[in-house]
Amino acid sequence: MGIQGLLGRKIGMTTHYRENGVAIPVTAIEVGPCVVTQVKTSARDGYEAVQVGFLPATMLNKPAAGHLERSGGKFRHLQEFKATDLGDFEVGQEIKADVFTAGDTIKVVGRSKGRGFAGNVKRHGFRGGPKTHGQSDRHRAPGSIGAGTSPGRVWPGTRMAGHYGNTKVTVRGLTVVLADAERSLVLIKGAIPGHANGIVQVQKQRSY
Amino acid sequence: MDARQILDIKPSDAMEEFRPGDTVIVNVRIREGERERVQAYQGNVIVGSHRKDHIPQPGATFTVRRVSYGVGVERIFPLCSPMIESVKVTRRGKVRRARLFYLRGLTGRKARIKERR
Repeated sequence: MGIQGLLGRKIGMTTHYRENGVAIPVTAIEVGPCVVTQVKTSARDGYEAVQVGFLPATMLNKPAAGHLERSGGKFRHLQEFKATDLGDFEVGQEIKADVFTAGDTIKVVGRSKGRGFAGNVKRHGFRGGPKTHGQSDRHRAPGSIGAGTSPGRVWPGTRMAGHYGNTKVTVRGLTVVLADAERSLVLIKGAIPGHANGIVQVQKQRSY
Repeated sequence: MDARQILDIKPSDAMEEFRPGDTVIVNVRIREGERERVQAYQGNVIVGSHRKDHIPQPGATFTVRRVSYGVGVERIFPLCSPMIESVKVTRRGKVRRARLFYLRGLTGRKARIKERR
């Protein structure tokens, strides 16, 4: 099918054993089933894409309910994906995880775990200060943040403590280990952003 | 949903229950070019156990120590690995701890494990 991606929900990580005994770390994602909510054509919208909905919503406001009326469902998450062969898609159609096959190269877009107001050691990987030799209150301190009278100010962009995480993160070059449309399950080698139950976009990617 | 239960990974049914201190024979599948054969590895379990009434983590392992030609060898096996054909217990050991790392420093008669009856 011609859709480039689907929405999914991260389940968590586990171990998968290949037949030759090699253990590989995999992330399990519940991918779809997604329902087509809108087909965007180049004639009407200027580009070709398919909008899909994922997970049921309990409450919708009137504009959203009107938009989703023709698809016959209520969805919590809507997302557009690039698509080809738009004739294959119609509103209300269900798309399952079999758009992916084992061996596909994909990228996953998610929202990273929020770490709140984080210090320099966690946020920028600073080493912190010495633990011993008479040091006090310097264990996780950032050190110098600039020179003295000249320039007499802190350079813009100097790495400091602040809000960390809870941002959109893309991981490219991941490999699909298993895709099971019946169980809506996709296993991906490696880690993906965010916590369990986080919503992620799983997208096809050219393999290099 | 728990990711660890999604794949139904479990140890081979031909694996007998064992505990640290037990002497076991681990039958491991070995690939030699095209041919596949089963190799037996005998030694003492020094870390890890297997109970039939307990579903282990998919990544769980156990360690088997043996002294081969005077050299201590420890092999770590993934409990759920498909390469493990079976595990047989030849002797049950009575030990007082879960991890028998103290055996590494002992040789000869000192490195014995009492039998559990």
